[in-house]
Amino acid sequence: MKKQNLMQKIANPKFFMALTDKLLPVITFLAIGIVAIGMYLAFFVAPVDYQQGHTVKIMFLHVPSAWLGMMGYALMAISSLSYLVFHHPLADVSARSCAIVGAVFTLLALITGALWGKPMWGTYWVWDARLTSVLILFFLYLGIIALRSSIDDEALASKQAAIMAIIGVAILPFIKISVEGLNIPWLGLNLPSWNTLHQPPSVLRSGGPTIHSSILVPLLINALGFTLMFFALHLKAMRNEILRRKIKSLKLAEIARIRSYESTIANF
Amino acid sequence: MRSFSILLLRDIRVAFREGEAIGTAIGFYLIVVALVPIAVGPDPKLLSKIAPGILWVALLLSALLSLKRIFKTDFEDGTLEIIATSSLPLELTTAAKSLAHWLTTSLPLVLFTPLAGTIYDLDTITCLVLILTMLVGTLAISFLGSIAAALTLQTRQGGVLVAIIVLPLYLPTLIYGTVTVSITSMPPGDPWPSFLLLCSLSLASLAIGPWASAAALRHQLQ
Repeated sequence: MKKQNLMQKIANPKFFMALTDKLLPVITFLAIGIVAIGMYLAFFVAPVDYQQGHTVKIMFLHVPSAWLGMMGYALMAISSLSYLVFHHPLADVSARSCAIVGAVFTLLALITGALWGKPMWGTYWVWDARLTSVLILFFLYLGIIALRSSIDDEALASKQAAIMAIIGVAILPFIKISVEGLNIPWLGLNLPSWNTLHQPPSVLRSGGPTIHSSILVPLLINALGFTLMFFALHLKAMRNEILRRKIKSLKLAEIARIRSYESTIANF
Repeated sequence: MRSFSILLLRDIRVAFREGEAIGTAIGFYLIVVALVPIAVGPDPKLLSKIAPGILWVALLLSALLSLKRIFKTDFEDGTLEIIATSSLPLELTTAAKSLAHWLTTSLPLVLFTPLAGTIYDLDTITCLVLILTMLVGTLAISFLGSIAAALTLQTRQGGVLVAIIVLPLYLPTLIYGTVTVSITSMPPGDPWPSFLLLCSLSLASLAIGPWASAAALRHQLQ
């Protein structure tokens, strides 16, 4: 027998179940611990913004959620692509779980954004460029989840959802550029944004972050904690899905067994 | 190439003989266009300001209504399987069907836009630019729409799912279509960049659409 590499080993559902059985409690515990530390730092150590007051604390939930909403889509697209290429069921299980967890984090980013917008901009919702593109991301998630759940044939549903996820990746840059604009000075390219009120990205930008370290450190700790929480939820959802499929195949096998038994009796 | 044109002509003929899809789309378009002034009030200034957006949204929704028909009827009576077994590659089949949708649904809608423009008191230049952006943008609508039509071929519920899937894909086209018109009607500003981006989107969807919908169709046809 050929020796398996690590990826092939993990892709084996049995090994995956055994591995995550050990790994999941550790990740969950770490996620809760780190989020607790991050929230303590955010609420009791980080300074209150002189303009925004205490509402600035929403950022510690809002920013990681927005990041994870986008990361979830990337992870779903990678899983979908590897499902279409390698036809491995585990990749499909991963894509399916990503869609749900990612959609929840995107919704969380939208809700916390709206709650933050009320004291800051005086309104829950503005048709601002970055809000709009996150809303469209949420719609993409919804479309993929709805498509999967409305096709009865599960194998077909997986393939169609995977194709949709990949088309979404092809179209997301267009959506982002058309809504948020694009500025590449060395190419002489400057497309204006559709409409903006939101502050520009201030952590991940060339030339270093523009946030003071007293806020940046709790933010990054929270981001790490929420990322671990994302993976804990994702792995848990994957385990549930694997178990659901196992139960389904057991049921089908049982039905087939009874049918064959009945037909042997009828033949007597 | 011959089988491509035969398929295209056949689809156009079927669409015109049935007449239902075209009639529904145009009827819906004109109803939306006529209802909006009644809802928001007859102020000509406001109407001519919001007209490009309203007409674009009405066009998108009317084209959406007929998207399901691109593959559905042929799939249900088995014609699609026969077409798929012919020498024509599936990618060209989907391209022919998307092109037929553009010619029989999107193009008639664009031809009714001058009429809608007069209701909204649009000046000639704005109306011409609007028609031009629609001519280019509807290509993206038909070719991206064929993807959603192929993906939702075997779904339980119909129309709403197509809308959820396809509207995010239409967003860039809608933005550049309306931005081009609003820049032309309100100088200063150069409408060329957004118009060229609209063209690039249509070209990109010409490139993506047939392949993606063929990929979505392939494992539904055995």
